[in-house]
Amino acid sequence: MTIKKLALSSAVILTAAATSFTANAADTIRIATEGAWAPFNYIDNNGEPQGFDVDIAWALCEQMEADCKVVTQDWDGLIPGLKVRKFDAIIASMSITEERLRQVDFTDKYYSGGLRYLAPKGKEFDLDSLEGKVIGAQRATLAAQYLEDNFMDTATLKFYDTQDSVYLDLVSGRLDIVLSDELPTYDWLKTSGNGDQFEFKGESFKKEDEIGIAVRKGDDLKEKFNQALEAIIDNGTYEQINAKYFPFSIY
Amino acid sequence: MELDFSVVIEYLPRLLSGTWMTIKLVLLSIVLGAIVALPLALARISKNPLISGLPFAYIFFFRGTPLLVQIFLVYYGASQFEVVRESFMWPVLREPFWCAIIAFTLNTSAYTAEIFRGAIQAIPEGEVEACKVIGMTKTQMYRRILLPRAFGIVLPAYGNEIILMLKASALASTITLLDLTGMARTIIARTYTPIEIFLAAGAIYLLISMVVIYIFRLVEKRQNRYLGTQSIKVPDKG
Repeated sequence: MTIKKLALSSAVILTAAATSFTANAADTIRIATEGAWAPFNYIDNNGEPQGFDVDIAWALCEQMEADCKVVTQDWDGLIPGLKVRKFDAIIASMSITEERLRQVDFTDKYYSGGLRYLAPKGKEFDLDSLEGKVIGAQRATLAAQYLEDNFMDTATLKFYDTQDSVYLDLVSGRLDIVLSDELPTYDWLKTSGNGDQFEFKGESFKKEDEIGIAVRKGDDLKEKFNQALEAIIDNGTYEQINAKYFPFSIY
Repeated sequence: MELDFSVVIEYLPRLLSGTWMTIKLVLLSIVLGAIVALPLALARISKNPLISGLPFAYIFFFRGTPLLVQIFLVYYGASQFEVVRESFMWPVLREPFWCAIIAFTLNTSAYTAEIFRGAIQAIPEGEVEACKVIGMTKTQMYRRILLPRAFGIVLPAYGNEIILMLKASALASTITLLDLTGMARTIIARTYTPIEIFLAAGAIYLLISMVVIYIFRLVEKRQNRYLGTQSIKVPDKG
């Protein structure tokens, strides 16, 4: 092969590679989830993200006939990562809040949450004051924000990187009481080995808490997700996924 | 992307309280680490394997495993056992501050011991022989000549270790401590301005490092002034 031919063929290969690369980058929707929020999103034994959020993500992608990739990212890096285009959407049980709406756009809700206290069985609490108690929550969540707004000066607040660490410290006795989202905690009470020593305290509140999919501001992905969401709710796919995780509707 | 540095001004008091926590963590673990490191280094030098074996294993373990793993083992690991939770140690071990101090001290003492050992062994053989010729006992030799000599040699490398410890202290934020990094992350959780707040936190770390470097320059100059204007030839890895 002459030098000229060689140069020509490698140029062809390069162009082909470049085209397929740009085509891929444009078509693939990169969806981020946390991977530490069972049963909504967690990493299974094979290292793959699983859970309600992930099932919804794949169902939406199938509905949109889009090529998707699900990646995991630490909770407090999700919104910053979305803004700098590390991924295109966040499906990670993220509540739609005013503060977040200033940073990103949200689709319609895909389920509703609510906060609830969790503490050892047999201990009584005055949930309105909680003075002098050590209260734990995951950093950068609705629960953490609620605690900061209400008990900043009267109780000791501890914030953790993951919800699993919160449970660990509740079990070890470092925390008196925990505030977290009701649904994942419902799952923890049922499935973890220590669940039988703990119970919910009081009723759940912040029921207006709606969970949506975050996309960059002005991204037309929002509309596509909304249409797909409506479709999977109508065709029963959503109900099937819901039933896999909870015996009641969480929409 | 527009940067809005007014959040830095607004949250400066909280950043400073985080800075104070970082300083407490580093100071305390450095001091405790040095106290543990000196006997470790001396034992490590011994030619008797019964004396040098344990320090060798200790240094090998704490230098060979990540600090993050050590922190998690002390904080989350120990608390899994009911024996620990019911022991007299629990009032200390339940506090994240003391868990961080324990992990940092164990870790930095291993590094510091190696730095001390290197310094003691870097003393020219002739000086050791001179001590012996005069008839000094081993204790006299260490107290009068070797340790003061080693102190001068150890300074650049030891200053380096303190700066490494300062940066490693950011890991305390993983066990709920509100050090400079933990505070920055808690602020960002509310403001969503990671670039501004992390830049501010980075600038504060840089300032502390500068102070540490400056203090070590001064001490080094004083300690090694017998060398004249020329400073001691130990490669500076900083």
